[in-house]
Amino acid sequence: MKILKATNIVKYFTEPEKFQVLKGVSFDVEQGEFLSIIGKSGCGKSTLLYILSTMDTDYEGTMEINNTTVTGLNQNQLAAFRNQHLGFVFQFHYLLPEFTALRNVMMPALRLGKYSDKEIEHRAMEKLRLVGMDEYATKHASRLSGGQQQRVAIARALVNDPTIIMGDEPTGNLDKANSTRVFDIFKQLAHDNKQTIITVTHDVDFANGSDRIIEMEDGRIIGTHYPNGKQG
Amino acid sequence: MNWKLALNIATTHLLTKKRQSIIAMLGVTFGISMFIIMISFMTGVNQFTEDMAMDNTPHVRIYKPLEIEDKKIIALDKPQKENDWYVVEHQRPKNELSKIKNGLTLAMQIERMPEVMGVAPQLSSQVFYNNGPVQIPGNIYGIDVKKQEALFQLDKKMDEGELDDLLKGSDVIVMGKGLAKKMNVTVGDRVSVTSPEGGNLNLKVVGIFSFGVAAMDESRSYATLATVQKILQKDPSYVTDLNIKLHDINGASVFKQKLENQLDGVYVEDWETANQSLLAGESIRNIMTFVVCATLLVVAGFGIYNIMNMNIINKMKDIAILKATGFQGADVTAIFMLQSVMIGIAGGFFGLFIGFFFSYLLSITPFPAGEFFRIDTFPVNFNPVHYIIGLFFGFLTTLFAGYFPSKRAAKVDPVRIIRG
Ligand SMILES: Nc1ncnc2c1ncn2[C@@H]1O[C@H](COP(=O)(O)OP(=O)(O)O)[C@@H](O)[C@H]1O
Ligand SMILES: [Mg+2]
Repeated sequence: MKILKATNIVKYFTEPEKFQVLKGVSFDVEQGEFLSIIGKSGCGKSTLLYILSTMDTDYEGTMEINNTTVTGLNQNQLAAFRNQHLGFVFQFHYLLPEFTALRNVMMPALRLGKYSDKEIEHRAMEKLRLVGMDEYATKHASRLSGGQQQRVAIARALVNDPTIIMGDEPTGNLDKANSTRVFDIFKQLAHDNKQTIITVTHDVDFANGSDRIIEMEDGRIIGTHYPNGKQG
Repeated sequence: MNWKLALNIATTHLLTKKRQSIIAMLGVTFGISMFIIMISFMTGVNQFTEDMAMDNTPHVRIYKPLEIEDKKIIALDKPQKENDWYVVEHQRPKNELSKIKNGLTLAMQIERMPEVMGVAPQLSSQVFYNNGPVQIPGNIYGIDVKKQEALFQLDKKMDEGELDDLLKGSDVIVMGKGLAKKMNVTVGDRVSVTSPEGGNLNLKVVGIFSFGVAAMDESRSYATLATVQKILQKDPSYVTDLNIKLHDINGASVFKQKLENQLDGVYVEDWETANQSLLAGESIRNIMTFVVCATLLVVAGFGIYNIMNMNIINKMKDIAILKATGFQGADVTAIFMLQSVMIGIAGGFFGLFIGFFFSYLLSITPFPAGEFFRIDTFPVNFNPVHYIIGLFFGFLTTLFAGYFPSKRAAKVDPVRIIRG
């Protein structure tokens, strides 16, 4: 099943002068697919990912996620949609510094309000365990190292069991061991839970481990590879 | 909207920035406490002057004014021809008594009206108080002692002696403090009083009163109606004023109209007309109080506005994350509004407490009133309504001051922040 359909995405920046960052990007993503987007710095990967994440609404073209046309929805609808269906790991580990690691992970789930606080805490703990951060649960986010914050941010992206998890260089701040760990988590989520992974990455090993690589250059897709052979 | 979560985030923000929160809170505290102190004191002063004036002021007064005939009269003993009239210019008033006709009966009639609390008949006259060869001009008031006590609390103004002593002897008076000092008399001394018509009577001073108003205390004395009638050599039905107290002071001007329509040949005056300067002073004080208090609250409001704006600029990243992970604009607004409101409530209650504390201190501070004012400490009015108003407006100010920054927070574009 197609979980995401991007059709002819065009994006301009008007400052400092008008220039076209994305020049008509179209692709589909299957449910449970582990997709990597690669390309040189400045080619528009992050920009594309922000559009896919529904946070950036200032673009041309249409996007459909989980059979919902998200293009044209208002900010509140999009926020609710993100809360439930999307998990996002930012390029720079962004946690709420005043809160503990555990509280940070719980936050999107508390917002969703699908489970009781107790249940949410339990689930958040599980996600922290998954990324190997459970022993830091009660530490304040501001006291964690960059790599640790990154892993907590991944746990937070997972807490609502989103349909799609997006990451902008999610392993950029991690050492080899932790990168591998995150990769394994993503792989498992995709193949066992049928959750879809879309990551922008510079890490060649990481990309080569995924199901499909989309290569971008200068605001366009210039190639698609299946490093592990085309599926089904 | 998850209020519990919003509240949790809001309190966490406030608690991690304790110093900033306390400063914002103190702004409100300052505004509210000043409001409480100002308004307690100002209304205390108003109440004091009003009591001082109104205790002694009839709500409606009936008297007979001296009237100049404004019709021209012609000289009858001169030949009046066409275009050749003899007219008397510059007439003098007739030697008409300022007596109210059937004053005591009228008093009883008015007393039966439903609006009326009571009527105190009074006979007033200018007199000279003779102190050796010196004559001191002043006024003497003949009163119905019991009515005067009941309606105008004259008995409460006594410094020495009792007002009831007027009923115990004949030819006795009570005298204003200032007048007694000028006359150099004390209780038990005798004074001689001369009426404008030349009647003279030797009276014994049985009490000294003070209203706290120099003009009254330096010129007045009171005696029974009969005593004053005796000085003036008038009959026992002679009264010059009927002083009326109503159940509702605000009904005075309406009641005045009613009396005017029913009565002839007398003049009716209500307290508002008689005390315009007092009322003007009061409304000026009220306006001043409200201007100062509004200014204080606006200043406190700007303080909160600034701090909340700064707070939101500092929290841009957090707002972006919250929005990226699915918090809606309204959630973000709620988080920051709650912070404002908590600052407002905490600051407001603290302000009420501080305000009460200083009002209390003021209320036990000796007031340098001189010897005339009947007041020992600063007049302070502890009215719970002021505290409710203070809290309400403090709360409103923080709501208002927090609203615009919070709305701005809701509009933060997460992409712009996260992209860096
Ligand atoms: N807010 C912005 N305003 C103007 N230009 C921008 C903005 N953000 C990014 N760009 C430009 O858009 C291009 C694509 O940026 P980005 O999507 O971050 O690239 P990548 O993630 O592939 O390195 C770059 O040339 C960058 O300088
Ligand atoms: Mg990038």
